[in-house]
Amino acid sequence: MSFFFVIAVIILVFLIIFQIAKASEYVAVLKGEDRARRENNKINGFFMIGFLIAGLIGIYLCNDALVDKTLLVQKSASLQGEKVDEMLWVTLIITGVVFVITQFVLFWFAYKYQESEKRKAYFFPHNNTMEIVWTVVPAIALTVLVVIGLRNWFSFTGDAPSNAMQIEVTGKQFGWIFRYPGNDEVFGKRYFKMIDAGNNSLGLNWHDSTDLNIKDDPSTHDDIVTEQTMYIVKNKPVKLIIGSRDVVHDVGLSWFRLKMDAVPGTPTTLWFTPLYTTKEMKEQTGNPNFQYEISCDQMCGNGHYSMKGVIEVVTQAEFDEWMAKKKPAYYAAYPDKDPANIKPATPVADSTKATTTKLQIQPGDKKS
Amino acid sequence: MSNEAVLGAHVGDVIHHETHHDEHHEHHHHETFITKYVFSQDHKMIGKQFLITGMFWAVMGGLMSVLFRLQLGYPDSSFPWLEDILGKWAKGGHITAEAYYALVTTHGTVLVFFVLTAGLSGTFANLLIPLQVGARDMASPFMNMLSYWFFFMASVVMLSSIFVETGPFSGGWTAYPPLSALGDASPGSKTGMDLWIIAMALFVVSSLLGGLNYIVTILNMRTKGMTMTRLPLTIWALFFTAVLGVLSFPVLLSGFILLIFDRNFGTSFYLSDIFVNGVGALPNEGGSAILFQHLFWFLGHPEVYIILLPAMGMVSEILSTNSRKPIFGYMAMVGSLFAITILAFLVWAHHMFVTGLNPFLGSIFVLLTLLIAVPSAIKVFNWLTTLWRGNIRFTPGMLFAIGFVSLFISGGLTGIWLGNSALDIHLHDTYFVVAHFHIVMGVASMFGMFAGIYHWFPKMYGRYLNNNLGYIHFWLTIIGAYLIFWPMHYEGLAGMPRRYYDYSVWESFKQFSDLNRFISTVAMIVFAVQLLFLFNFFYSIFKGRKLTNPNPWGSNTLEWTTPINPGHGNWVGEIPEVHRWAYDYGKDGKEFIPQTTPVGADESTHH
Repeated sequence: MSFFFVIAVIILVFLIIFQIAKASEYVAVLKGEDRARRENNKINGFFMIGFLIAGLIGIYLCNDALVDKTLLVQKSASLQGEKVDEMLWVTLIITGVVFVITQFVLFWFAYKYQESEKRKAYFFPHNNTMEIVWTVVPAIALTVLVVIGLRNWFSFTGDAPSNAMQIEVTGKQFGWIFRYPGNDEVFGKRYFKMIDAGNNSLGLNWHDSTDLNIKDDPSTHDDIVTEQTMYIVKNKPVKLIIGSRDVVHDVGLSWFRLKMDAVPGTPTTLWFTPLYTTKEMKEQTGNPNFQYEISCDQMCGNGHYSMKGVIEVVTQAEFDEWMAKKKPAYYAAYPDKDPANIKPATPVADSTKATTTKLQIQPGDKKS
Repeated sequence: MSNEAVLGAHVGDVIHHETHHDEHHEHHHHETFITKYVFSQDHKMIGKQFLITGMFWAVMGGLMSVLFRLQLGYPDSSFPWLEDILGKWAKGGHITAEAYYALVTTHGTVLVFFVLTAGLSGTFANLLIPLQVGARDMASPFMNMLSYWFFFMASVVMLSSIFVETGPFSGGWTAYPPLSALGDASPGSKTGMDLWIIAMALFVVSSLLGGLNYIVTILNMRTKGMTMTRLPLTIWALFFTAVLGVLSFPVLLSGFILLIFDRNFGTSFYLSDIFVNGVGALPNEGGSAILFQHLFWFLGHPEVYIILLPAMGMVSEILSTNSRKPIFGYMAMVGSLFAITILAFLVWAHHMFVTGLNPFLGSIFVLLTLLIAVPSAIKVFNWLTTLWRGNIRFTPGMLFAIGFVSLFISGGLTGIWLGNSALDIHLHDTYFVVAHFHIVMGVASMFGMFAGIYHWFPKMYGRYLNNNLGYIHFWLTIIGAYLIFWPMHYEGLAGMPRRYYDYSVWESFKQFSDLNRFISTVAMIVFAVQLLFLFNFFYSIFKGRKLTNPNPWGSNTLEWTTPINPGHGNWVGEIPEVHRWAYDYGKDGKEFIPQTTPVGADESTHH
């Protein structure tokens, strides 16, 4: 009902506007074209300057209302992001100055030089000095921006430090799978035809397959696979090796000011150094629900908007504790190979053995 | 090629006939309804066909944006009438995610290609090229007609894809594989995608037929005295637009053909290492999904300029005419158009900074991308200087031209942010990008198109559009456009991603729900204002104030030397000769000097 009501109101408003416009056209014809034009010119000239002033006030109000909701007021949570922010401010200042000047000139000229019988238009077809000035000045400003930009670009895309923790990130419709290399610090081989939706979501080569010409790769046996939440360590560089299982996704890390596509068949990498733990960010932002979210930033299907991952930035101690509780994915797929299940006959000895195994993982991780 | 030959047997005879007997006006005597309004070979009629088809798609595309903005602005409300019109796509009055993505995709595709390419350059290249260079028609009126009808077929196929059971294509207008290649990954990639590709292939054919014609006409069919440096800037812009289209659309088509093979014939150009939920591992290996992105953006980026250049050309013409002052720096304007055309081919990978592109390659694209800001800046400064010390008449066309410059500045400056890869790695695929390209490409070009329509409507239909409705249209649209897109920059600066159906589960992005509602509301109002314009347009075709002066704006260019309602062949009698450039406004104390006026003995030699 309200729908038809809205339509009726719109049509009514249309009719009224149209009738007024039509009537004033008749009036204009009666008045004479020149006089009507002069009057219209005055009104529109006034609107030009009005639009300029209202626009600048509007920009101020808009900024006032929204800036607190953006990342502009938040410190970047990564070392690389701080560079992005610096560059963003420099770019904002340069383009902002140009914006205000050119918009001001545009609407001011429109207002000032509206048609007047007292003035004749000035015949001014070209002036080489002016042309050269406004070719060279933008070129210099842009060179500055390019230099800053490329310096950052090469530092972001350069090799990760050798002490970086490595994590493999795989996108799928619609979620994220993370893999840690485990004790041996080597990611075992995987092949997409080995994928089993049930227990081998990444297709790790942990058994022989003559059909696929695949051999069991023992370095897969200790790889840790988790979904949805990834743990990384504060102040420790982390290198993500990014891939996709189906369509193109994108690892969007807005709090770290970075992102990288996940492309099936072509691995990409991204590294950064997180600066604040999740806990610290909860305090800094004043938001008890704060999360470092991984947003998929590349259209990947109907569930694109829900493809969320979470990064927990923790201290090294917390990380080790978390890692200690993780069991390699291999044992979930082959429970009979799990040391915890090998000697079911002697339960007491078994529990000690399981604890030692877990403890053994820790030193390895500290090294990495 | 002679101007008389192109019109074909019938009309050609009439023209010949007329050149001998100037008094006769017999243009129409052979024409039937079919040859005049449907399969017309008259460039002016074909221009109108492009325009009105473009308007149809603009309404469709606009309506789609209203529907998906409804979801973004009011995610928690339900609208029962949506189910009435969309059926299963809006169960319970709630647009489904599938329908949302289909709407977003189709909105992008039709606005970019059908409205701002066909509707803009199709309309004005057809209307203005022969009229402004002084030709009876295009080099091949028949090919020109085919160009429209291929566009029409593309429209029919695209429209039919909306009614397919599995829905129209829904993977974004860029159609990145594997998503666009795998029906199992997204229902929209089934039949809907086949139809989408067919429509786009037909569109490419249309664009090539048109573009070749435009180039040939401009190069070969200029009237006597119309040297290249005397061409109005509209023609220069349309010329470069056509060159861009002819060189880049075939690359897009090749990309689509490979996609067709991957979709239907088991090849692996774009596919590798894929496991689809519910289906299992696919046999494809060794393809590169990124290859498609290169092929797509090799057109995709020039496409931006295919959209923008005609608007720039028309704005230059309209600003100069209504400032009663020559365009400032004509040669610099032509030079910057040329520079933009060349650079347009060398910047495509700036859409792909985060695909894992080789960083060195990326740096080259940063450099070339920011370089393109230089000719753009020259154009802006020249437009501003054109206004300086002019005697400005605010016709509706002029208002939209000024609005174009304002929007081009706003959207162009954010291009400097996004073209710098180290910033793009933060802002890529956020609402900052949405704001950027909607302002600089979408709304600005739309403004150029409106400026052109208001300015040349008297030439098209021999009547005026209602001025007052034009003023209302302009002011509400520019205010609305800024209200919609300016705040989106802030959403982008919060990292808010594009193409999300719902933000409520995202701790980082959900703070903008009020703003989204505001934007959606303004978008609906602005859409309604456009309907007002359409009403003005169609009403004025039949009932508008009649033209009495064949040159209503006091303009120098050739189209205003034709009769008020020119027939096929444009000029009665001989085509006028041109003696000067198009911008002698306010010279030697004269208000304006048409191009057909011979240079006087005592005239100052400023140009």
